[in-house]
Amino acid sequence: MVVPMTAEAMPTASANDGYGDLGRLLALMSGDEKHDPSAYSTLDVLWVLYDRVLEVDPSRVDHPDRDRFLLSKGHGPMAYYAVLAAKGFLDEADLRSFGRYRSRLGFHPDRVLVPGAEISSGSLGHGLPLAVGTALGLRAQGMSGPRVVVLVGDAELDEGSNHEAIAYAGAMGLDNLTVVVIDNASSTYGWPGGIDRRFAVEGWATAVVDGRDHDALADALADHRDERPSVVVAVVERQV
Amino acid sequence: MRDTFVRTTAALLDEDPRAAIVLADISAGLFDRAAARHPGRVLNVGIREQLMVSVAGGLALSGMRPIVHTYAPFLVERAYEQIKLDLVHQDASAVLVSVGASYDSSASGRTHHAPGDVALLDGLDGMSVHVPGHPAEVERLLREAFASGGRAYIRLSEQQNRAPSPAVDGTLHVVCRGRLGTIVAVGPTLDRVVAATQGLDLTVLHAVTVRPLDTTTLLATMATPDVVLVEPYLAGTSVRLVDEALAHVPHRVLGLGVGRSEQRRYGTPAEHDRAHGLGEAGLRRAIGAFLAPR
Repeated sequence: MVVPMTAEAMPTASANDGYGDLGRLLALMSGDEKHDPSAYSTLDVLWVLYDRVLEVDPSRVDHPDRDRFLLSKGHGPMAYYAVLAAKGFLDEADLRSFGRYRSRLGFHPDRVLVPGAEISSGSLGHGLPLAVGTALGLRAQGMSGPRVVVLVGDAELDEGSNHEAIAYAGAMGLDNLTVVVIDNASSTYGWPGGIDRRFAVEGWATAVVDGRDHDALADALADHRDERPSVVVAVVERQV
Repeated sequence: MRDTFVRTTAALLDEDPRAAIVLADISAGLFDRAAARHPGRVLNVGIREQLMVSVAGGLALSGMRPIVHTYAPFLVERAYEQIKLDLVHQDASAVLVSVGASYDSSASGRTHHAPGDVALLDGLDGMSVHVPGHPAEVERLLREAFASGGRAYIRLSEQQNRAPSPAVDGTLHVVCRGRLGTIVAVGPTLDRVVAATQGLDLTVLHAVTVRPLDTTTLLATMATPDVVLVEPYLAGTSVRLVDEALAHVPHRVLGLGVGRSEQRRYGTPAEHDRAHGLGEAGLRRAIGAFLAPR
């Protein structure tokens, strides 16, 4: 059962961990084009990734053995920025400057400006192909430890460039690559048979989980390498 | 030129563990031996040119030094947003190497022609552009582009001059000096330009590297501020650079190259050259008319 998340349902300080601070951090950002629903749709997945899955460290953002997280769905990056701030990659002052001329935080992330951001994104359909290249590069260098995790949206999968990447990654058996699809049913024509099947036919390992269930997300996103790339479809409330 | 490119790339793969070549089926068979030695660094993504460039971006972000290769229209035009965003905007680098030029595959028609490639890349930040005019120039260009660590585009062609040029060092090579004007011949147009300007009192310069363009030599050798650019791609592509270099003096610039009108013709590259005024007779007419006493 997916619980609809509204602004009133955002995390609050009553929660007993950093997750509870995300609502306050999100509120520090302002701007005319915040893509709020798309930001909220990613919030729990981003939190679980940074809190329980990824091997990353704000004091060593260039460490060669770090996991690489690529936010392909660059629209509505407030949740991303809030999680980065909660985990020490950004200062709260950065959040307050969101969208301003000299801010490091724009409406779409720029890897040159945002500490810990592996890619610049905004135009859809670029993160997954870049992730394939990154995974191939790590493999070519014999770096078997780091994983590459890329977050895309279900509507973003409409972009054909993703399907070039899905097919090739499956053929190459890129087991250091994990895709998280935030499925809020926003794709114009949907995915008959399910998003996971689109990946499965190309040889990917698949899982479909509640995108608001932290334990389920952590289990699905844990390192399960088996000579195949993997996709986790995180289902959240439908976009309205 | 393509054979030299393949041989040099294979050598770079042997010499540098950061080197990788990303292909989209085109020329893949030529890299079979290299792929056997370096299966993780000879990457043929299939007929997926967008992915080809994006994979190069990801490789670069992981610390590799990718070379990307296919036909010019599929590399630069089809995957333009990937070059813009997955290389330039990511602050990542690769060496892009095309074949086909403006209309090497003339009989294949417009789908395989790319006269606008250099003009498109001109809209992006930090891309050096090299237009060799002879196969012997390719190895040095590729090795230096690879070693630079920057973004580079090397435009290979089946058209070529009779001899390699000293301009491969990135400067404008002074072919001859004259008093009535300067002709800058780019890449494989040099022999035609020399033939077309025989007997005329002109300075002829040869460019292999056009981004950056060596305007220092242009200014140092110029007797009269009348300049004709002869480029084997879209006419006028480099005119702005000459204008900027000569902004301090009254001057005239003529940009000769491939026109914008779609010919809808097949045949040979030489026939297309003539149609665009890039044959010897056409060049002689255009240069003579531009520099005629007024």
